[in-house]
Amino acid sequence: MERPSLRTWVWGLLGWLTAAVLFFPIFWMTITAFKTEQGAYQPNLFFIPTLDSFREVFARSRYAGFALNSICISFGSTLLCFLLAIPAAYRMAFFPTRKTQSTLLWMLSTKMMPSVGVLLPVYLLFRSAGLLDSIWGLIAIYTLINLPVCVWMTYTYFCEIPAAILEAARVDGAGFWSEIRHVLAPMALPGLSSTALLTIILSWNEAFWSLNLTSAHAAPLTVFIASYSSPEGLFWAKLSAASLLAVAPILVMGWLTQKQLVSGLTFGAVK
Amino acid sequence: MDPVSGTMRSSTLPSADATASMPGVEKPGRWRVLLQTPSVVVLLLWMTVPLALTIYFSFLRYNLLNPEVRGFAGLQNYRFLWEDPAFFPAIRNTLVLIGSVLVITVGLGTLLAVLYDRRFFGRNAATLLVIAPFFVMPTVSALVWKNMIMHPVYGLLALAFGKLGLAPIDWFGSCPMLALIIILSWEWLPFAFLILFTSLKSLDAEQKEAAQIDGANSVQFFFHITIPHLRRAMSVVVMIETIFLLSIFAEIYTTTSGGPGTATTNLAYLVYSLGLQQFDVGIASAGGILAVVLANIAAFFLVRILAGSLKGGH
Repeated sequence: MERPSLRTWVWGLLGWLTAAVLFFPIFWMTITAFKTEQGAYQPNLFFIPTLDSFREVFARSRYAGFALNSICISFGSTLLCFLLAIPAAYRMAFFPTRKTQSTLLWMLSTKMMPSVGVLLPVYLLFRSAGLLDSIWGLIAIYTLINLPVCVWMTYTYFCEIPAAILEAARVDGAGFWSEIRHVLAPMALPGLSSTALLTIILSWNEAFWSLNLTSAHAAPLTVFIASYSSPEGLFWAKLSAASLLAVAPILVMGWLTQKQLVSGLTFGAVK
Repeated sequence: MDPVSGTMRSSTLPSADATASMPGVEKPGRWRVLLQTPSVVVLLLWMTVPLALTIYFSFLRYNLLNPEVRGFAGLQNYRFLWEDPAFFPAIRNTLVLIGSVLVITVGLGTLLAVLYDRRFFGRNAATLLVIAPFFVMPTVSALVWKNMIMHPVYGLLALAFGKLGLAPIDWFGSCPMLALIIILSWEWLPFAFLILFTSLKSLDAEQKEAAQIDGANSVQFFFHITIPHLRRAMSVVVMIETIFLLSIFAEIYTTTSGGPGTATTNLAYLVYSLGLQQFDVGIASAGGILAVVLANIAAFFLVRILAGSLKGGH
């Protein structure tokens, strides 16, 4: 490799500068979470960190309840998605027909309906079914929203497994279940886990349906944070602490799944 | 139920038939064709029932607060929607919002992708920082920006403007649309960047060298090699963002509630306010149908691109 030239330094400086600017709001939120409520209004970088705001958030609101809702909803819908998607993807990848491609494409096209177009019927159906403000309602919606992406991603990971390996297993007398357990599962596991991460991230951050379909009882963190809009939002330290707790785990998941993200988000149009 | 019955009748692959004839090997039974049925059925229901109901409601006189208002409305709801003083602002705001965010994210995303395509110290770590905003939930992004950065008195921008001797801007009072565009662009820039950056990586090294040997300077290279190569990825970004931005709601709900007046009411917020605040299901459904039509225009082109890539990929 050549020695770093002046140009490399300039590019590096520019690159890090833009990264710093784009990350700044998250950084600022993070440090504000450790300030006192009075200190939060001073734009200091150096201060004595305190956990007071976190304590306040837990003491004065049902934070744990909202977090639990978020966890149940995003993990529940991901699980349900997988129960539906894995058999479908298995069938499509290993026993394809002439219709498989168009079925897959049709599934992806269901993602293209804007949520707002079906807001009222869903709201009214949920109202008559008693699903308003219930975590089961949101689990169902998120499962439906994420199912196409889940099927599609699982399908591509299954397609990467050479059919010859599966055939060899069958020739060796492996039954259906042992074929799944000993051949398919280990090979598809990395792909499946990044699919799961993406589904969890998307459900965790979804805010259109959660704001419209839940209120006090089943509300996830997106709705809880929205309750800070006014005038609670003026308590910056508490807003930051609550936000940081809501964002940090998902941010880490996002970083972990960075490589698979692009094909998942674009349905494979960009790899 | 066409997709279901269609695939159920069709035969399995030759490879599966070959193993089926072997002794002791489980025959891929007909039950296997049923494996995709649950997914197809639930998506089919999800695709048709709510949409059919929206269409149906849009032709009804239907108000949740007033059960006496009922019956067939014909195109009346569409006319009421058209005559609603918030309708044209909402359409204009929707288009302005989508258009500006698209231009900003694709434009800056391209420049950023080109920048990050070069080697520099700690590039991978910097990439993580750049894509981070995409993973922040919309309500958090909106509130952090509104309260801590754009607050007219204590916000960081107000403090910075004060240090420079400039008058601070009351972002959500005087230019709420611009404020929303900034927040949404910040949220979606990582998405555009990540996709364009990934696409740029697949640009042939040979192609790069050939261009260098031909003596192309970086500006020529950018316009004659990079941009044409990114065209497909750009159109994917444009269409996916369009579909998502059509339903932008949480950011408006938490910052401006569509105001002041109708300054930041977009189509999604108008439908919400007609349907779930004024409880007029009929008119709100007419608005919903309009959103579906707009999204379908974008989806039409996206599906054509996807169809191409599915055939090329497998």
